[in-house]
Amino acid sequence: MPPMPSVPPMPPMPSVPLAPGTTREGGWQESSGPAGFSGPFATSGLIGSSVIRPDAVDKARGDFAFSSDLWAEGMLWGKVLRSPYPSARILSIDTARAQQMSGVMAVLTWADLPGDQVFGLEAKDQPVFAHDMVRYSGEPIAAVAATHPELARQAADAIVVDFEPGPPLVDPDEALSAPAIHEEGNVFRHIALRHGDIEAEGDVVVEGTYEVGMQDQAFMGPESGLAIPSSDGSVDLYISTQWLHVDRDQVAACLGLPPELVRLHLAGVGGAFGAREDITIQVQLCLLALRTRRPVKMVFSRAESFLGHVHRHPARMWYRHHARRDGTLVKVEARIVLDGGAYMSSSAAVIANATCFAAGPYRVPSAAVDGFAVRTNNPPCGAMRGFGAVQVCFAYESQMDRLADALQMDPIELRLKNAICPTDRLITGQVVGGTAPVAEVIRAAAEAPLPEPASGDLLELPGGAGRCAEYDKVVRGTGFAVGFKNLLYSEGFDDFSTARCRLDGDMATITCAAAEVGQGFVTLARQVATETLGVTKVRILSGDTNEIGSAGSTSASRQSWMSGGAVLEACKAVADRILSMAADTLQVRPETLRLSGGHVVSGDGIPLISLDDLTRGKPVEESVVFHHRPTDPLDSEGQGNAHVSFAFVAHKAVVDVDVELGLVRVVQLSTAQDVGKVLNPLQLLGQIEGGTLQGVGLAVMEELLVADGIVQNPSFTDYLIPTALDAPDIVVARLVEEPDPLAPFGAKGAGEMPAISSTPAVVSAIRDATGLALSRVPVRPQDIANG
Amino acid sequence: MSISLCSMATISGIARPVSLEGVLDVLDEDPATQVLAGGTDFMVEVNYGHRKPQSIVALSRVAGMRTWQVVEDHLVIGAGVTYSRLMKEQLAGLVPGLAQAARTVGSPQIRNAGTIGGNLGTASPAGDSLPILLALDALVNIRSKHSSRSLRVDEYVIGPKKHALQPGEIIVSVRIPLSDTSQEFLKVGTRNAMVISVAGLALVVDWRLGRVGCGLGSVGPTPIRASEAEAWLAGIIDWEERRIPDRDGYGQEFGRLVARAASPIDDHRSSAAYRSHALSVCGKRAYERICRQRRQVSPGIVDGA
Amino acid sequence: MDTSANKDRAVLPESTVRVDLRINGRNYVLPDIWIGENLLYVLRERLGLPGSKNACEQGECGSCSVLVDGVLVCACLVPAADASGREITTVEGLGRTLADPADSSGKHQEVQEEELTQQEEGVQELSGPAMIASSIPMPQLQDISVTDGMSFEGVLSRMHPVQQAFVMTGAIQCGFCTPGLVVAIADLLNHNPHPSSLQVREAISGNLCRCTGYGRIFAAVRRAEELLAGTA
Repeated sequence: MPPMPSVPPMPPMPSVPLAPGTTREGGWQESSGPAGFSGPFATSGLIGSSVIRPDAVDKARGDFAFSSDLWAEGMLWGKVLRSPYPSARILSIDTARAQQMSGVMAVLTWADLPGDQVFGLEAKDQPVFAHDMVRYSGEPIAAVAATHPELARQAADAIVVDFEPGPPLVDPDEALSAPAIHEEGNVFRHIALRHGDIEAEGDVVVEGTYEVGMQDQAFMGPESGLAIPSSDGSVDLYISTQWLHVDRDQVAACLGLPPELVRLHLAGVGGAFGAREDITIQVQLCLLALRTRRPVKMVFSRAESFLGHVHRHPARMWYRHHARRDGTLVKVEARIVLDGGAYMSSSAAVIANATCFAAGPYRVPSAAVDGFAVRTNNPPCGAMRGFGAVQVCFAYESQMDRLADALQMDPIELRLKNAICPTDRLITGQVVGGTAPVAEVIRAAAEAPLPEPASGDLLELPGGAGRCAEYDKVVRGTGFAVGFKNLLYSEGFDDFSTARCRLDGDMATITCAAAEVGQGFVTLARQVATETLGVTKVRILSGDTNEIGSAGSTSASRQSWMSGGAVLEACKAVADRILSMAADTLQVRPETLRLSGGHVVSGDGIPLISLDDLTRGKPVEESVVFHHRPTDPLDSEGQGNAHVSFAFVAHKAVVDVDVELGLVRVVQLSTAQDVGKVLNPLQLLGQIEGGTLQGVGLAVMEELLVADGIVQNPSFTDYLIPTALDAPDIVVARLVEEPDPLAPFGAKGAGEMPAISSTPAVVSAIRDATGLALSRVPVRPQDIANG
Repeated sequence: MSISLCSMATISGIARPVSLEGVLDVLDEDPATQVLAGGTDFMVEVNYGHRKPQSIVALSRVAGMRTWQVVEDHLVIGAGVTYSRLMKEQLAGLVPGLAQAARTVGSPQIRNAGTIGGNLGTASPAGDSLPILLALDALVNIRSKHSSRSLRVDEYVIGPKKHALQPGEIIVSVRIPLSDTSQEFLKVGTRNAMVISVAGLALVVDWRLGRVGCGLGSVGPTPIRASEAEAWLAGIIDWEERRIPDRDGYGQEFGRLVARAASPIDDHRSSAAYRSHALSVCGKRAYERICRQRRQVSPGIVDGA
Repeated sequence: MDTSANKDRAVLPESTVRVDLRINGRNYVLPDIWIGENLLYVLRERLGLPGSKNACEQGECGSCSVLVDGVLVCACLVPAADASGREITTVEGLGRTLADPADSSGKHQEVQEEELTQQEEGVQELSGPAMIASSIPMPQLQDISVTDGMSFEGVLSRMHPVQQAFVMTGAIQCGFCTPGLVVAIADLLNHNPHPSSLQVREAISGNLCRCTGYGRIFAAVRRAEELLAGTA
């Protein structure tokens, strides 16, 4: 065998090829060298090139079938009745009138649910249908199936629910001491992180409190799906989701069915950003289909979408930073309260992230951080791009600016002075390890050139089309922020992905249940197969939940690493077998051969046997389960090697502020990101630009407003996300490629990082322009104008 | 092909007459019939189940309502003229403030479908064309099969999303006096496009008639006329010389008076305090822009296509 | 299911109307639709044209952008009953307006009259997904070269230049906003072949995209501009 130090996730090579369909375990392996992809299978330059999405043509033509586009003969329309109250006792539910309506085929409540009444990602505490209590406004109470969506709506309206409303618990701080609103209590999790010398004091101390409003993922494709029952009592659900298998497990439990009788298929997903990690309509759809014995389709309206999925946790954060006079950080104290809303969702993991990363990508020898995720009667919160790291980044970066001010020190210099290195410890006690080019991303973003002054066209000034700006009243500001986040799942979670590769002639078929939500996994899988097998005909299938094992969630910046790794291993296993077969035929050693251009070729590239000849009609197939390095839980003081790897990012923001009116236009964001290795430059750019703009949205306009437990703006009329006239120019100052020794190809996940430091950078720039403290996002016009 | 009306007392379905008279006949027969003048507000309500139409009369085929014309010293704009047409050169030249307001409405798609008659029909306090129509002293021309009348905008809008139309009546056009005017429209929203107004202000100075008009949006239950501010400004303008004094503090004072006319509320879009503040800033800026226009200095406004 | 088969024939309590639509050069007759149905619903759910997307149904996202008599509008805000007799172009018909490379005569497609009825036949009892699987459009994630049996260039050449540009410049991620944007940009370039950067931003300010941050979409507009001008 030639040396292959650069391919770390290589499982031990079996001496005898496994039979087709055999699953073997692959995954992490410590490696001595960097992990650029080379070795015997590297036959083309496709990894690292801007390969076009395989679904792009269909999407551009309008031919790509999203979950809301599905249709079946005899299909019914589902509709969910939701609670208008954030807290109420249900005295009775009368469905009689709805049942009798013409065209209405089923009206179902909790009493119709054959299995578990509750579901949840981390704890099963959320009812499929409310029974005796509703705990948030928008909680499902009943579901209807009818022959027309308007009829379904009218039938849902005809259900009479007798409520006894009570006072909602809406203040997260009060929730800590208020009487429990759920048998599981009001505190989802409290982490009391203690690190180093918690008595330490700095020469300079800065203190602040910060707030982050409730952001929504606001993906474009509403929750939707189609459930098709079979006469054997099983059901097929075509659904947009981030994780087919964990949906399947929850749905099957609620339906009281063995998992294999509930087959989930990935339908086209119109964006996700975390909101599709929890189930929303899955159980209701399947139940309606099984009861009516007809296909049932459901599509949320935009209003329902805002009520029906989890949001980013609103946060209240108190911080105290201690530093020496030279700027060296001494200690960080913080108290973080995340409002988890009525049910747990992923609150426990979100507060773990917020707590672990509370001090930022800095060398902080001592820390005392108390992180709380609490239950209230507000809408449930859970996963959103950045997952806990976003909220604290706004706080710690605001603190770093404040500290620089107090020290009369350049804020970039302060950050560089404290930038964490691979050999340093986080406040969880974990050594960062791997790669941590923090100083590099800071320098590159900070040095990015500044844009030209505004043109004077009112459209380009704050207020845009409203033409309210006055050119000479507009002040330009610049700001800076750096952030970081873990990659993959943490705290000892046994995370894995499954992939199958089948080569038949010169056509490779990859089956992997990794949810393509727009991020481009399908492109990467194709690149991996092409690179590894030397073929250009590649089919990517997501399979259904019975056809292939779990690929884990499309979240936590994990699919390129985990499912990319699984696909790589599966392809390599197939390549190994083919090379062995060819070696037998040719009477040479397999190490002298490689795959290229649909052939087995010699070391110097001369085609020897075509893949067609070797495998046509006798396909070679391998399945792989890929794991990442195991992690440990956090101990009682929030210490432990809980995370696999980290990625770092910095943004420099330039804003124009109409100080009098308090309106902001974000002009430019320059960014540098630690990406390990660039797998597809075009797709990476798309992730950076899109994630950065979501951070801009949180900085200046995006907030789901909740008053007394009721969402005030569940529409695109009033939940504002940036338009093309709001989008800044986004400049990639640098992509730092220091391969992660643990990652396939050395590539770090890149999806979440852009959404982390963009928000604090923009706010820092607004502070620069206005001189205001601005401790809450989104920054509203009145915060500036009346501030 | 249009759907013919059944001859029952209550109309069911959609009527798509080709003439105004046809529309009036339908409304005469069943005054509850919903008038469709673009649909950009109406269909949102239908899509979200807030409205369940039984019968609709659509104006889309009434060619006469989609035109505008200058009649002597007035401009008459048909109720079916879209925002996009209001933005186009010829109309924009006659009523630049209305064109500016039209450009702030929704999105290009909405501006292509939504109409000036529809904006009046919805009668929202946030209707973007209403402040400038108020400031222009526009009249709303109303017809039924048996009558016709004209109302000022402040007579026409009588409450939040409430108007003075009687059963069987329809807005046929808007009549705007043409004169030698300076016009300005400013709208504040928290996004640079496609946003509901948090506060809006239109200012018109009619140099020929010696009149000032100032209309406010989103700062009260209806569009509001800032009468006190109008009177104050009319009082300081030198109508003989047709000059507006460009003096320190005047803009500020005008803005203060404008804000005093408003009765804004706190809601999910903004706060009352901010709305008042934004109005005073917009008032000052509108005043200053008109001062600049009179000085023949380019106001730095580039108007796109 | 006997009783429900009868119930199934129930009509909506509200008014229903007959509508004649002309979409992408074809005529359709819908004898009996609810008066409140918007054009988007009719396209997607009655006529098998789901390319126009349903992201907000309140005219605040542009995902359902279509051309009605050559004017860009949101299909969700057009009552289908008021679209009778008007020429409707959807994303599915966008490429149609170009000369088909396979048919250089560029002749108009022959109009086919289709009488569509919905939910009027008796309901079939379902025995399993196999029976209706053929009616479910599945996401097509296959490689282009596998899907169409023709070269990538061949596939592209049958698309509108704006669609080509979206594919080539990375303007597509989840793709839900794409059809609406493609229609809006085709309309923009039709009226203004060389828009300024601000004109582009204003023209697509009614089309929300949550994935891309608009950067690659701006790039796609430039690419489409070049393709249309023949300078690409």
